[in-house]
Formats: sequence, C-alpha cells, structure tokens
Amino acid sequence: MKAALTLPALVPLLPEMVLGVGAMVLLLVGVYRGERAVRLIDGASIALLVVAGVIVLLLPEGKLVSFDGSFVVDGFARFLKTLAILGSAAAIAMSIDYAARERQQRFEYSVLIVLSTLGMLMLISAADLIALYLGLELMSLPLYVVAASHRSVLRSTEAGLKYFVLGALSSGMLLYGASLTYGFTGTVTFSGIARSAAQAGPGLIFGLVFLFVGFCFKVSAVPFHMWTPDVYEGAPTPVTAFFAAAPKVAGIAMFVRATVVAFPAITAQWQEIVVFVSIASMLLGAFAAIGQRNFKRLMAYSSIGHMGFALIGLAAGTPQGVQGVLLYMAIYLTMTLGVFAVILAMRRSTGMVESIDELAGLARTNPTMAFFLATLLFSMAGVPPLAGFFAKIYVFLAAIQAGLYALAVIGVLASVVGAYYYLAIIKIMYFDEPAEGFVPMPGELKVVLGVCGLFNILFFFYPGPLVGVASAAARSLF
Amino acid sequence: MILYAIFFYLFAGVCVASAIMVIAARNPVHSVLFLILAFVNAAGLFVLMGAEFLAMILIVVYVGAVAVLFLFVVMMLDVDFAELRQGFLNYLPVGAVVGAVLLAELLFLVGTWVIQPGAPKAIAVPIAAGISNTRALGLVLYTRYVYFFEAAGVILLVAMVGAIVMTLYHKPGVKRQNIGAQVGRRRSTAIELVKVKPGQGLS
Repeated sequence: MKAALTLPALVPLLPEMVLGVGAMVLLLVGVYRGERAVRLIDGASIALLVVAGVIVLLLPEGKLVSFDGSFVVDGFARFLKTLAILGSAAAIAMSIDYAARERQQRFEYSVLIVLSTLGMLMLISAADLIALYLGLELMSLPLYVVAASHRSVLRSTEAGLKYFVLGALSSGMLLYGASLTYGFTGTVTFSGIARSAAQAGPGLIFGLVFLFVGFCFKVSAVPFHMWTPDVYEGAPTPVTAFFAAAPKVAGIAMFVRATVVAFPAITAQWQEIVVFVSIASMLLGAFAAIGQRNFKRLMAYSSIGHMGFALIGLAAGTPQGVQGVLLYMAIYLTMTLGVFAVILAMRRSTGMVESIDELAGLARTNPTMAFFLATLLFSMAGVPPLAGFFAKIYVFLAAIQAGLYALAVIGVLASVVGAYYYLAIIKIMYFDEPAEGFVPMPGELKVVLGVCGLFNILFFFYPGPLVGVASAAARSLF
Repeated sequence: MILYAIFFYLFAGVCVASAIMVIAARNPVHSVLFLILAFVNAAGLFVLMGAEFLAMILIVVYVGAVAVLFLFVVMMLDVDFAELRQGFLNYLPVGAVVGAVLLAELLFLVGTWVIQPGAPKAIAVPIAAGISNTRALGLVLYTRYVYFFEAAGVILLVAMVGAIVMTLYHKPGVKRQNIGAQVGRRRSTAIELVKVKPGQGLS
C-alpha cells in the first residue's frame, strides 16, 4: 500500500485542471456579480480556453500517461484537444453578440461550455472505459442544458428534451457495451482489452456493437442520427454552431481511440460496421439535405454526411486512415464554424432569419460575406483547390490503400450528390434577385468567418505543417 | 455454520415475503413500508456474504433516500391505486415475460463466469485478503481511482448548475421580504393621523 500513497503524475492533466478550477472560479464570480458579469465571464472563459490550449501545446513531448493508464496524452490527444478548444472558444465568441441582441445573456452559458470542453479533453485523453464514460457525460450534460437555454421558446426546450432523452438512451447503450466488454475481457483499460480480445470470443463483439451505438449517436452517424436535424434547428443558433464543431471532434476522437487501441484483434469485425455506418451517413447526408430550406437543418444533414466521410478514414484502420480523420476534422471544424458565422449574421432589423432563400442576392448586398460563404460551401463540396478537397482526398486515398474500393467510390459519388445543395445555395446568393440586406456583421463573427475562409483558401499553398502534425499524431496511436 | 444458515433463511424468507407484500398490499403506504423491509433484509443478506459496505449503502441510499422519497410521493399524490390495480390480470403475461427475461439474464450472468473462467483473474484491482471491503474500497477510491472520483464530482456540479439554469426565473415585480426596510420602519412612516370630519369619511 506504500505505492498508493505517492501522488499520481499531474502534469499531463494540467489543461484539465486549469479548465476545471477556472470554471468554478468563474461560476463564483457569476453568482456574486450576477448578470452584470456576463461580458467579463465570456471574455474570461475564452482566455481560460486559450490558456488551456497553450498548456496542451507546451506539455512535454512524447506519450504521457497518468492514473495507471486511464489518462493518456499523446500526439493524437494534443492535436484533437487543440481543435476542440479552438471550436469551443470560437463558439463562445460567436454567441456574445447573439446573446446581447436576443436578451439571453446568462453567465452560466460560457461556464457550461468551458465545463463541456473539460469533458471533451477528458474524453480525448480517455484510455479506459470508465474515463471514457465520465468524459462523455461531462461533455454531454452541459450540451443538453445549453440546447434548452431559450426556455421561453418551445422549439429550444423541445430540442433540449429530445437530445437529453436520446442522449441518455445512447449512454445506457454505451454503458451496456462497456459492461459486456468488461465482462468478456476482465479489464476496462484499452490496452488490456486489446491483449485479451483475441481469446475473448463472440461475446466481445456484442460489447463492441453496443459501444458503437453510443459512439455513433455522439458523432450523429446514421442510423443514430435522428436527433440531429431537430436539435440543430431547435437549439439557439450559437449553440448549434457549438454542437456542430467541438463535440464532434471529441466524439470522433473517442470513436477512433477506442476502436483502434482497444480492438485491433477484431479489426475485420468492426471494419464492417464502420464501413456500413460511413456509407449510410454519406448517402443520407447527401440526399436528405437536398429538400431542406432551413439553413440550420441543412447544416445538420451536412454534418451527418461529413461524419460519414471522416469515418472512411477510420474504416481503413491504418495510420494513413487516422491521419485522414484528423485532417478531416481540422478542416471540417473551420468550414462549419465559418458557415455558422454567416448563419449567425443572417439578421434583419426584424430578427434572425434561417431560411436559405433569405440569402438571395447576397453577392450584391454584402459581397465579402457572399464570397467567404461561397468559398466555404465549395470547400464543403470538395472542390479543388480548397481545403475540403484535401480533407476528402486523404480519407479516400487511405481507403483505397486499405483495399476498400467500394467505400471510396461511394464516397466520391455521395460528395458529387452533396455538391448539388451546396451549389444551390451559391446560386441563390449570386444569381437570384437581391432580398433586403442583413444588419452589419458583428466584429467577432467577421474574425471567425475571415479566419476560416482564408484557412480554406490558403491551405492549398502550405499544407505541409498541418499534414505533418496530423501524420505524427496518427502514428502515436499505433 | 448452522447459525449462518438460519440467518440466511431468515433474511431471505422475510425478503421474499415482503417483496410479495409490496405488490399484494392494498394500501400503497403499506407497500412502501414492505419495500423498506425488503431492502433491510437484502442488506442483511449482503452482510452475511461479507459485503458490509454494500449493505450499508443499501440502507443509506435505498432505505434512507429512495424509499422515503417514494413514501412522500405516495402520501402527497392522490393516486387511486384501486383503479391502477384493475388491469392486473391483463398485465400479468407481460409481467411474466419481463420476469422471465430477468431470470434468463441472471442465468446468463452466472453462465459467463462458467464459460469464461479466466475473466475474474484479470480483474484490475484484486481484493486483498485480510482487510474489510470498506477499507479496500477506500484504499483505491481516493488513490488509484481519484481521477474518476473527481470527474464524477464535476459531473454532479454540472448537473446542479444545469438544474438551476433550467428552472431559476428572476421574475420582475415579485414582492420579497426586505428585513432591513422592515426593521428600519419608524412611527412617522407607518402611522398617519388624519382629521376626519364627521359624516364624510375618508376619501
């Protein structure tokens, strides 16, 4: 019992501790100063996230392990943690103006997002099933709350309730899978599961399937995507922007790490599932979005499709494939945040509008915004030389190298179908008769849109660093 | 050993009998009281198995909190239990199926240990011999599993903040007690003397 008394290595957890303690301090400040402190707390939350991000990047090199292997910081974790923190910080920044205009200023909002980000970081680093579940719940609970944060709006409360009930169900499924996995392998750590997976027999596959149900729900992959359009449409727009960005990154991280690290012995079995989920998500994302007129709903289907593309890389099951997933998530994050910056700027003097028909003639009323939105939509469709094209090509190449030709071909076809509705929006912006212009865009949205748009345009000239980092991060997992 | 058997059959018998009374009792309050009796006897069974921590948790959580909450709900809500009971025979087959499924699951659970005898050997934290299980839990809960413990704490914090965010309204115009103003009241602000002319009253 002597060994138990030594302090565990806490350095790898420094970003998490900063976020956790910081969130509690901000909560206290908010409780004492009330609604007057909203601005201060929004700013402080972003600063806190930035500090945590810097610490993530400054952590010692190599693979850091803490708490007997429950908590791992490797290249993979660093890459995705940085993305998740960026996504959350951008989501808080994008909510400031919206909250002020809609009179929905509540200091708990950004504190909850910080706590959710803490959950994401824990989830990304989780290397056993208990840590994974706790991280997942810590990430999800604040999401349910912020989805319903417009309490007087029926659709918002409906979105929150729907998300909560379905999320609880999926958590239950995941726990069931975790308990089956534990029962058949006798351990909860990923490395331990990997060691005993080979002789664990068919029972383990039941556990794997139930785990995948939980994972697919969190990344909104078909057939567990039903909640996505309703929640995206019903939740307040900055919340939707948040949902579409950072939690997806953490969800994919959990999916990839658990699958690749814990189940290499039964690759053939999970590969089939991931291939199916990937194809179904891509096709549903491509076809179901065509009829949508509401921009937020359209983005929901678009994100389902994008998750399908990202999962192609996982289906390959190789370091190249995981590199493809990482690049895809990085580029997806910028595309989504940029598009949501535009959706948040769709405001007339009478209030927010959400239909894509309201964008008519945007090229004449606000050419810069139209240009950046067109760039991002082209990038989402996968048109070269924008970043979205490279995101897709890396996952397709990995699939082809792994011999999954059918998957790659269906992926290309789905992205062609998907291009239709992205181009339809561009057509509305550039060739339809102008509608009344929007009110001027707030500064922070301009920054987010500009940075995301420029990233997508300029990625082509200098892809080396990001690709290199993603490659190193993917190798750290194998 | 004979004493052990006597206590086992005592606890098990009372437990099963009170479980039957939970669904058979006419008065819902009696049902809840029988439920508490069942819990206490189940705790006794745990003690016999040497799982005294589980026994205490069962008493504290289920008897202390859950069953009392049930009792509150049953007493506060005016539910017509006679009416609820009417479809009893209709629901019997469904209930039997659920019971059968639970029984099958229990058998599967036991079966797993038979099919996979190696599994328990791989348990991450083997139970050390010679220490009580409360002590054994305490030794790992705040050392090896402290990360999970703290994470669970943060999740509970989020649940609390979330519940407040969802339900706390600051309604304008609500009249609240202001003790300072109450105490600071003087005779001059409280009483006004008015000369009333006869036959006119106060306006």
